[in-house]
Amino acid sequence: MTNIQAKEFNQNFQFDQPLAPKRTRWEEFWLLFRQNRLAILGLFIFILFFLSALIGLFLTSGTNPVFDPALIRLQEKLRPPLAEPHLDSLQPEEVPRLDIYLMGTDDLGRDVFARMLQGAWVSLTVGFVAVGISVLIGIFMGGIAGYFGQHMLINTISVDTLIMRIVDIMLCFPSFFLILTVVALLPASIYNIMIVIGLTSWMGTTRFVRAEFLSLREQDFVAAAKALGVSNFRIIFRHIMPNAIAPVLVSATIGIASAILTEAGLSFLGFGVPPPHATWGNILSNGKNFIFDAPWLTFIPGIAILIVVLSFNLFGEGLRDVLNPKLRERG
Amino acid sequence: MNSKTNRANHIILRVEGLKKYFPVRRGFFQKIAAWNKAVDGVSFEIQQGKTLGLVGESGCGKTTVARLILKLLESDAGKIVFRGTDISKLAENDMKLYRKDMQIVFQDPYGSLNPRMTVGLSIEEGLRILGIKNAPKRKERLEKLLQMVGMSPESADRYPHEFSGGQRQRIGIARALSVEPLLIICDEPVSALDVSIQAQIINLLKDLQDRLGLSYLFISHDLNVVGYLCNTIAVMYKGCIMEFAPAEQLFENPRHPYTISLLAAIPDPEPGNTPDLHLPERDLPDSSIPIFGCSFQGRCTLEETRCREERTTLAQVGEEHFVRCWKAAQNKIPKVS
Repeated sequence: MTNIQAKEFNQNFQFDQPLAPKRTRWEEFWLLFRQNRLAILGLFIFILFFLSALIGLFLTSGTNPVFDPALIRLQEKLRPPLAEPHLDSLQPEEVPRLDIYLMGTDDLGRDVFARMLQGAWVSLTVGFVAVGISVLIGIFMGGIAGYFGQHMLINTISVDTLIMRIVDIMLCFPSFFLILTVVALLPASIYNIMIVIGLTSWMGTTRFVRAEFLSLREQDFVAAAKALGVSNFRIIFRHIMPNAIAPVLVSATIGIASAILTEAGLSFLGFGVPPPHATWGNILSNGKNFIFDAPWLTFIPGIAILIVVLSFNLFGEGLRDVLNPKLRERG
Repeated sequence: MNSKTNRANHIILRVEGLKKYFPVRRGFFQKIAAWNKAVDGVSFEIQQGKTLGLVGESGCGKTTVARLILKLLESDAGKIVFRGTDISKLAENDMKLYRKDMQIVFQDPYGSLNPRMTVGLSIEEGLRILGIKNAPKRKERLEKLLQMVGMSPESADRYPHEFSGGQRQRIGIARALSVEPLLIICDEPVSALDVSIQAQIINLLKDLQDRLGLSYLFISHDLNVVGYLCNTIAVMYKGCIMEFAPAEQLFENPRHPYTISLLAAIPDPEPGNTPDLHLPERDLPDSSIPIFGCSFQGRCTLEETRCREERTTLAQVGEEHFVRCWKAAQNKIPKVS
């Protein structure tokens, strides 16, 4: 009935005030992020790690890989980094690429550089998939607890109570030992490890998301969306979620670091990815027997884990600073 | 046009005995210690194309009334009759039909727009509800809406943080208009704005009413604004309507002691004229403490024992003029000049 006719009617109003120069959120984000040198360093190392893991996957897999991480040369065992191979004792196909053992060899004469490349991919996928699983569960559970939390299930138990008590129960278990138990019962495979790490680390995200939903749910723009008649589903995913995602992103970045650490720890204890597949954890674990004869076997994977985990943490903290609206106002 | 004037007499919204009590929880077990009577039996009507002003001090339940009518909160008792249907008991699914006919403009221009959505997307949410599936058509409509509220069409792909308070309020109005509502509830739409911007927004609202035949429930604590914009005014205090009258009559002949003191509190532009407040300088008494009788007791200068002993009722004192005070009904309030 209210037929809106704008044309006859807009001359009444001057378009007040010129608009501020257009700057997208990404541009603003980048301007702020650039100022944080450590975070930039973290991002840089992260990209480097990502690329080397990706390239490493191609170079170390297949029937005749460029770098063969499983090739055993017993006559060349425990060679130090940058050692030249003894060409006279090797078959032509056993000669390492680049004619040098970049990171030395282990107790079976396997090229540590090739094994590190293969292990990088394991660390990367474990980190991302495990965190992906935990973030998905966390957002789902936290979203329900925050948005539908007031609904009563049975008498006095609300949805919120139920979900948050599950979170509390999960947090009661020392998670590393929980993972150890589960991994000991399940067949050892990289996928099981990803899933188990994911399923035991979603509680933090759930709490974050719930807290964000609780405060965002009371905001006027959500009330406006409700008044318009927007569906609950759309309110959750289009209106609230984009506003709640920032802390999740930050905790996910730091979560990747801790997932990589967990995987390395599991492999070190012998519960991780089964040999002959190399991971940084099991290179480290094998190397510990030769720590005085061949220290590079422990130091190379150890330092690699340190650098990657540190860079993720630095990047995550930089992200948190930038996404914090209070800092944004100052910028 | 004839049908329009016919409909002008029709009542678009009637609220009857609306109540909302919030529990006050105390102690370790969160036992309900008392009830905060935020809205305690409010009744009024809004006629098609007219504006009802709801005035009162902070915390008197104005915003709760707005949220109850929109069913953003469930009411505890009472009827909300919108275009002949009682919507107060409707389930959310059935409510969908009426949602788009009633919209709200919020007080806070900063919290009322989604910071992660462009202005265009925010307004298009309404157009989607209206069922405009075709994207170019939505775009066209969006530009019209922006022009209607005096914004340039280029603002559509910008984010709310790039706009000033007044501009955001216009965007909020455009969003409310996007579903072609019949009634807009304005919850203190100008109280967060500059005085100069206030005038622009009020004129915009007035103009939109003339053009689109909208009805408003205009909530404010600023009597000047309400007097300029509204046809009838309801004065609210502690969850009850104290006085209900056509605007001119309320300003010329206020009857309730509370209304009188509110009017007296309007600052006089003349220097040297200090307002006579008629109110003891006391804060709003805690409404969770149950009292008997008139809810204005404790602050009223004309209080007598009868005020504490007898339930108050809304008494008619003139044509469409009602007052909740036995003294006013018996004409025992001394005139203030």
